[in-house]
Amino acid sequence: MSNVFIAFQANEDSRPIVDSIVADNPLAEVVYSPGLVKIDAPNRLVIHRETIEQEVGRDFDLQEIHLNLVTLSGHIDEDDDQLTLSWGH
Amino acid sequence: MDAKVTNKKLGLKPRYQTMTRDLGWTTSYQYMDKVFPYDKYEGIKIHDWDNWEDPFRLTMEAYWKYQGEKEKKLYAVIDAFAQNNGQLGVADARYINALKLFVQGVSPLEYCAHRGFAHVGRHFTGVGARVAAQMQSIDELRHYQTQIHTISNYNKYFDGMHNSNHWFDRVWYLSVPKSFFEDAMSGGPFEFLVAISFSFEYVLTNLLFVPFMSGAAHNGDMSTVTFGFSAQSDESRHMTLGIECIKFLLEQDPANVPIVQRWIDKWFWRGYRLLTLVAMMQDYMLPKRVMSWKEAWEMYAESNGGALFKDLERYGIRPPKGWQDACEGKDHISHQAWNTFYTYNAAAPFHTWTPNPEEMDWLSEKYPDTFAQYYKPRFEYYGKKHQEGERFYNTTLPMLCQVCQIPMVFHEPGDPGSICYRETDHDGDKYHFCSDHCKEIFTNEPEKYVQAWLPVNQIYQGNCFPEGTDPTAPGFDPLAAVLDYYEMEVGRDNFDFADSQDRKNFREWNGGVEEEVSP
Amino acid sequence: MRLTTLTDYPYETKDRRKNFPAPLLYIGWDDHMMFCAPVCLPLPADTPFGALQAEILGGVYGAHPDFAKIDWSGVTWLKSGQPFAPDNALSLADNGLGHKDVIRFKTPGLNGLQGSHG
Repeated sequence: MSNVFIAFQANEDSRPIVDSIVADNPLAEVVYSPGLVKIDAPNRLVIHRETIEQEVGRDFDLQEIHLNLVTLSGHIDEDDDQLTLSWGH
Repeated sequence: MDAKVTNKKLGLKPRYQTMTRDLGWTTSYQYMDKVFPYDKYEGIKIHDWDNWEDPFRLTMEAYWKYQGEKEKKLYAVIDAFAQNNGQLGVADARYINALKLFVQGVSPLEYCAHRGFAHVGRHFTGVGARVAAQMQSIDELRHYQTQIHTISNYNKYFDGMHNSNHWFDRVWYLSVPKSFFEDAMSGGPFEFLVAISFSFEYVLTNLLFVPFMSGAAHNGDMSTVTFGFSAQSDESRHMTLGIECIKFLLEQDPANVPIVQRWIDKWFWRGYRLLTLVAMMQDYMLPKRVMSWKEAWEMYAESNGGALFKDLERYGIRPPKGWQDACEGKDHISHQAWNTFYTYNAAAPFHTWTPNPEEMDWLSEKYPDTFAQYYKPRFEYYGKKHQEGERFYNTTLPMLCQVCQIPMVFHEPGDPGSICYRETDHDGDKYHFCSDHCKEIFTNEPEKYVQAWLPVNQIYQGNCFPEGTDPTAPGFDPLAAVLDYYEMEVGRDNFDFADSQDRKNFREWNGGVEEEVSP
Repeated sequence: MRLTTLTDYPYETKDRRKNFPAPLLYIGWDDHMMFCAPVCLPLPADTPFGALQAEILGGVYGAHPDFAKIDWSGVTWLKSGQPFAPDNALSLADNGLGHKDVIRFKTPGLNGLQGSHG
């Protein structure tokens, strides 16, 4: 099984996004390096807009992650409510 | 009569479809094949463009909004950096030479990518692919501009950054990135996507960006870090285009598989060879080191690449042919490259130096099987000669590989004490290569590579002197004439860091204090 | 044409012999990778092979401490990777060396700085 990952700039804007991902993906592991936070998960990782909205306390457009996204791996499925990274079908 | 219209907002996928694909049409005044003349000749078969899944559905409205926000933040940081003399915060002025290499060799590639994606963004029949390429073209122009802006502050204070466009088209080592991208740009649109979107922007991208950006962070170069992070979110869109295009091509027709495989083989190897410059930068040009090239290769190529090619097995794709040799090279290429630039520093507009004893210890630790055995003796010797006032500069032009255009510095796989020589005869002439893989790239498309503008060969043809030069005049110095043609400031842009104006200036600006520099 | 193109097109082979003042010869000194790569030199076809060791290679390789110790009578040569026995009295051309040929020499017992092949 291979890992998917997503990485963000480590700042106050990305913190609630990272926290949301960790809450929704129990197998996810978070690693910090200077300026960067990387989240690995086996095979699949889902980001839910609703979870982020609960964290930030305002409406959140999922595409806002572009402001702090650094890199990712895996196939992407995206709509207004979720972004999923996965390997295989 | 007013009918009450339900104002329901379209979801992301239909919204994106409406604003992009649905704006395309099948032409009726001209045949589609005439309007899009380039997307069949490569032999790639596309049966249904509707199966193209848009990577990252950013409509233009969302694009401008988020890119605009990123730009505001980035330029605020660049301004602050300039106002606060951020260039003094750099730990060691040797680091600036990594930036010189970047603006000379990487930034022009952003511009090439801008042009290349603009071109393919016109030539696919599929609207989804055209839109994705057009947006990437704007991203790449943004990268070129933001890199120039970021580095422009350093240009006010350090040598070697003022003439990069002129150098890109002429200076010997810059033909390596130039020929890489021109090879891609002169291929068809599908090859361009596999070469750049997939092989470069997906498979190898982290090996370019992470070393430069984390190197910048560790060495106090905050404006480059900021640029890097600002660009990286664009890069993640590019990555998704790369993975989508490979999936799409492989799923459209089994006949595409061998064509795509050949391109993956070619472009993995060309990209790997291009990364030689990054490997050297990472191991030798960062006074505060992050991780070794070997470690970066193991993390970003071997682990990630392993996962990726496992996923592509189901299409009948195997890992690239050069994979094993590239992995074997991880213990060597940075040292081989630094040795090249150290010894040819008379002709390169950035500074080099011998690693100090602490740095040699780090290199020995990170490369336990190779550094002390093959490379340390040379650097120790160079340090000794420099101290004796005889700093070694190689003054004989090197043999270049016909394809990657790098001097033939790479070793025979399995035999690190020996240079790898490969050759072939074509149309009455001999051609030479650094490896089996560059040779195979040549033999698959010889008509392309016999046209290569090889810097050394062009110098010997007399094509690299300033206009009006008379090579028959008494006292003519060809090497000096070449440096003139390069428009390098001899004695300022080139030669050892230890004796450079950069070093003198930086020491003065920091009140006469500096970190230990060899020799 | 092996290259896939839209149509046939005329192209220029850049490194034909006629474009150079003299044929190019590539020369490498095995086990001495202080010289990072083999070198490229335009040498007139009638240059005596012996001029390499007598005059030319000193300018190329003289900076290496091994160079002064070379016993030229024991040196072995390869041409395109195959054993090659040049005659010092004959010209490069008469030794069978043409444009863009590659030769390498080994100096037995001299294996670079501290024997590191460098």
